[in-house]
Amino acid sequence: MNSTDTRDIDAQRTATSPADNAADDARASVLRAFGWSLARDLRIAIRSKAELGVQLLFYVIVVSLFPLSTSPSRDVLGMLGPGVLWTAALLASLLSLPRLFASDFTDGTLEQIALSPRPLPALVSGKIAAHWLTTGLPVAVMAPLLGAQYALDGEALSMLAIALLLGTPILSLLGAIGAALTLGARGGGGLLALLVLPLYAPVLIFGAGAVDAVRAGVSASAHLSLLGAGLIVAIIAVPFAAATAVRIALD
Amino acid sequence: MSGARGSVDALDVERLAARRGYVALFAGIDFSIAGGEALSVTGRNGSGKTTLLRIVAGLTTPAEGEVRWQRQAVRPFDPRIRNAVAFNGHLPALKDELTAQENLEISVALDERPAAAEAIAAALEAVALTRQKALPVRFLSQGQRRRIGLARLHLSQRPLWILDEPLTALDADAIDLLGALLERHLDRGGLCVAASHQPLPVAVSRMRSITLGASAPA
Repeated sequence: MNSTDTRDIDAQRTATSPADNAADDARASVLRAFGWSLARDLRIAIRSKAELGVQLLFYVIVVSLFPLSTSPSRDVLGMLGPGVLWTAALLASLLSLPRLFASDFTDGTLEQIALSPRPLPALVSGKIAAHWLTTGLPVAVMAPLLGAQYALDGEALSMLAIALLLGTPILSLLGAIGAALTLGARGGGGLLALLVLPLYAPVLIFGAGAVDAVRAGVSASAHLSLLGAGLIVAIIAVPFAAATAVRIALD
Repeated sequence: MSGARGSVDALDVERLAARRGYVALFAGIDFSIAGGEALSVTGRNGSGKTTLLRIVAGLTTPAEGEVRWQRQAVRPFDPRIRNAVAFNGHLPALKDELTAQENLEISVALDERPAAAEAIAAALEAVALTRQKALPVRFLSQGQRRRIGLARLHLSQRPLWILDEPLTALDADAIDLLGALLERHLDRGGLCVAASHQPLPVAVSRMRSITLGASAPA
């Protein structure tokens, strides 16, 4: 009697725990895959610092060209500022996108990544996170400094930084799909711009709109909410889409 | 991992056909190999050797036919084939910015059971790259890069090795080393599919071979 009871309990334990274990294992595997590719891409980025500098300098120069080429009037610059700062952020993101997958594609490491037993969407997410940390984040940090050229006040500048912090991850995420789809295509760079820039338009509209709203003395919360919602949707959907695009590119 | 005795790993390929654009590369390819056997794929340039290997590795979708691993049909990127395959393509799969050691550490960390640091050091020693282990890979010669590929095979736990032109740029020592690695792999019940223009350094008794494009000379 006793022995059958314990056997039942044992049976129950083994019946429930494998499912739990499998879920835990899956979660651990996803996290490990994410961490692996994040750490790997960050390490490679640190080794090739010049490329990072190029992208950030590009942003600084493009943003600085407008005050030089238009008028020194505070009104005109204040009006131009948010749009220019955001448009340049889009272009800087575009400039760095090919690096996301193209070098792994040409040296064969992307094949190894796609053939590894780890979940590809998690590996791709890690790469996108590394891309944002090395491109989007520096731009968002630099933008308020550059915004001073456009006679933007402190409130508008902090809104610019917040909007860029919410918006630039969306740029990296959407751009990843385009970068993966144009792998191996001739004229990939130009094609990538045509593919990705229209997708960036909503981010530009709400991002620049948030700064404009603050300048006009209205609440920017609607713009920020839309950016946040876009970010959440992109974080959920993009890894799967980009992983599929990578597999198609390797086929 | 081949399981207990009697459950030998098996790779079967049936009626495989591939196209590149509108050009039919090959059709009606059949072969089966089991644990302990190596298959050598030969054929003139452009006959589809690399494509065949990529299909077997689960990277490319065949135009027709199927690949079966452990008697079960596998589609490209199937988790079962991803757990089984060690793919050594004609691209080096090395990051130029990182050192030989870092490249190995990173690729090994993708495995379910990563090899220990001592195993990586031993693998580097086996391919005679201990002195170069801290150099960024961009300073290494073509042959030394291929040796890192051998070190990766040295560390590999996967049962199915797929090697595309494994002898390219290897010197006599490295070819001997590849032979030793292959023999050890086959002794453990592993399988190997390799495309090569030169004979593979493996005992003939364990080798099968197919030639692509033989039936339809140009």
